[in-house]
Amino acid sequence: MNVRTFRIGGVHPEENKLTHDAVTQVAALPKQAIFPLSQHIGAPAQPVVAKGDKVKVGTLIAEAGGFVSAPIFSSVSGTVFKIDTAIDATGYRKPVIIINVEGDEWEETIDRSDKLEKVAAHPELTPEEIVNRIKKAGVVGMGGACFPTFIKLCPPPTAKAECVIINAVECEPYITADFRLMMEHADEILVGLELLMKGAKVTKGYIGIETNKMPAIELLTQKCEEVFGKSEYDVEVVPLKQRYPQGGEKQLVDAVIRRQVPAPPAIPVNVGAIVQNVGTAFAVYEAVMKRKPLFERYTTVTGKKVKNPGNFLVRMGTPMKDLIEACGGMPEGDNKLLAGGPMMGKALTSVEVPICKGTNSVTIISGEEAFRKEPNPCIRCAKCVSACPMGLEPYLLAKLAAVQNWERAENEQVVSCIECGSCQFTCPAHRPLLDNIRQAKTTVMGIIRSRAAKK
Amino acid sequence: MDFILIAVAVLGAIGLIAALVLYVCSKKFAVYEDPRIAQVTEQLPGANCGGCGFAGCGGLADALVKGADAGSLDGLMCPVGGQDVMSKVADLLGMAIANGEPMVAVVRCNGTCEHRPKIAEYSGLRTCAAMNACGAGETACGFGCLGCGDCVAACQFDAIHMNPETGLPEVDEEKCTSCGACVKACPRHIIELRKKGPKGRKVFVSCVNKDKGPVAMKACKAACIGCGKCEKECAFGAITIQGNVSYIDFNKCRLCRKCVAVCPTKAIHAVNFPAPKPKEEKEEQA
Repeated sequence: MNVRTFRIGGVHPEENKLTHDAVTQVAALPKQAIFPLSQHIGAPAQPVVAKGDKVKVGTLIAEAGGFVSAPIFSSVSGTVFKIDTAIDATGYRKPVIIINVEGDEWEETIDRSDKLEKVAAHPELTPEEIVNRIKKAGVVGMGGACFPTFIKLCPPPTAKAECVIINAVECEPYITADFRLMMEHADEILVGLELLMKGAKVTKGYIGIETNKMPAIELLTQKCEEVFGKSEYDVEVVPLKQRYPQGGEKQLVDAVIRRQVPAPPAIPVNVGAIVQNVGTAFAVYEAVMKRKPLFERYTTVTGKKVKNPGNFLVRMGTPMKDLIEACGGMPEGDNKLLAGGPMMGKALTSVEVPICKGTNSVTIISGEEAFRKEPNPCIRCAKCVSACPMGLEPYLLAKLAAVQNWERAENEQVVSCIECGSCQFTCPAHRPLLDNIRQAKTTVMGIIRSRAAKK
Repeated sequence: MDFILIAVAVLGAIGLIAALVLYVCSKKFAVYEDPRIAQVTEQLPGANCGGCGFAGCGGLADALVKGADAGSLDGLMCPVGGQDVMSKVADLLGMAIANGEPMVAVVRCNGTCEHRPKIAEYSGLRTCAAMNACGAGETACGFGCLGCGDCVAACQFDAIHMNPETGLPEVDEEKCTSCGACVKACPRHIIELRKKGPKGRKVFVSCVNKDKGPVAMKACKAACIGCGKCEKECAFGAITIQGNVSYIDFNKCRLCRKCVAVCPTKAIHAVNFPAPKPKEEKEEQA
């Protein structure tokens, strides 16, 4: 088997895919669902419901607040309890809509049958109609970054899309939600891919999967042959060597089609690739074919000390504590709660934080592992330089950030940092490299924005 | 003997030629610098703190001289030297200078360890900026002091220090020059420059928590809950409540301290007043 990977840097953390074989369970409905208005990159959504309104599953509760934004739909039926603030995945209190759950009544427009709808049977689905339906359903990138999907399908006039790459890499340790989704809904994912290709007006598609998910590679290769074998579309399943952060867009583009995405503001479509998460492909299928807006997702709840880690199909707005309870509760002692995996996940201080569009995992790191080790002086080993998948010099950027030399940090391309944490992971002196670099990146991006605003 | 004479002659000739070259260069490429700039720079404190908004004292001196030529010194002020230095500079430049009130940095958070229990432990980079980017921090208050001392590191005058007992920074009003470096360094915008007040007396709300009352109270016992009692009590219209938090306008405040008495969470602090009450001890933790 021809196994590819990206060419610069990368690390290989312990996989810990504890829930690899755990068949997805449907999570219980919460008593109260919390919908943050900012679940995506871009402007927060604007609420269109008021206190006391009755909503059904799939009712629009907040509309897009700008071009780069996405609408939010209720995942439960019940009454709007209040529009207030609550702690979301940023760790801060942000505006939310809180709904008290009553029963489980769905909007009639949603097709709840299991029947697989094929694109060929729906001639009304022009590329414009597909993009429009994706936009209306509030679909965003499900890998964690939550960029509105419809924008990715409409590249700027300076770039031309040549292929769609499905990101089924799941290179973060612990997380298995995408793997389970592929094993359980391969047909739907391929229809979703076809819709994405049609929407982006391309005929070439790739599905990048790491080789620790062999069953998924085999299953999808076989299904691709069946589905696309005689069609106009050319879809290839690309087995990839296990290497973090292969799930990063730029790394995946390099691994799959051997093209390097230039420094920001360039995006993958500048080299012809549109990268979509496998979860997004599934969400696109449901949004376009079943008219089901995005209000459910696959999420892994995991951790070495968690009694029964598992994969869940969960309604968004469910507080994390409900899922943690379903897995046997919080382990005793000190725990670190993460929205996402251990490499890029965001540490949280509350279990009340709801599952959002981008929450691919709830990871609980327990005991000693939860704490960082004491940082020591840099020993100039340059491991961080070898590990950086963007070809940066993390030790230098961290130092520049510490002495607040933003000008030099900008020249050293700090804005190219994808915050994957490979440098910090690999540092034998346990230096807080990423903490510093993130600081520099935020500051430099602010400087660049204010400079652009002045012009 | 000849050797010595030759050596003296050669060295003397080299010295003469070099002196000539230097003389010609210094005349030909001379850059005129206003002598007043050097004089003004001499008057300035020389800390190069940047509190005036210029890169250093030289920058401010340059701007002051240019300002004097243009006929106005408006907006140019050395916060460190204050009124004394500025009046000397104004004399030197033959200008009049408006009287600015002395200011001082005030920390508006009273979330001491006792008022605001820790709910989590942060083990990342110990700077406020990094902790602020990660989330609410170690306590439940998403607005309060993070306690890593970015303000202490920013202060060039050794005027702000962490109090290990309260976990909050304290300003040494004697040393504070109101340069504003700590104000810029604080990612939570807790520190504010306020009027120093007569004998250092001032009244201010020691909280910036914008959460609704019950939420703020849950996070910190000393939080401003935006109840509005102080606003009603104030006879001078100095107090406004915006976004669930009270703010006292120091230009309107007459230091009557009625608001201090009515505040249910003791979030309003009156400092440097003669102390009839023993609890004035915590005045400067402000």
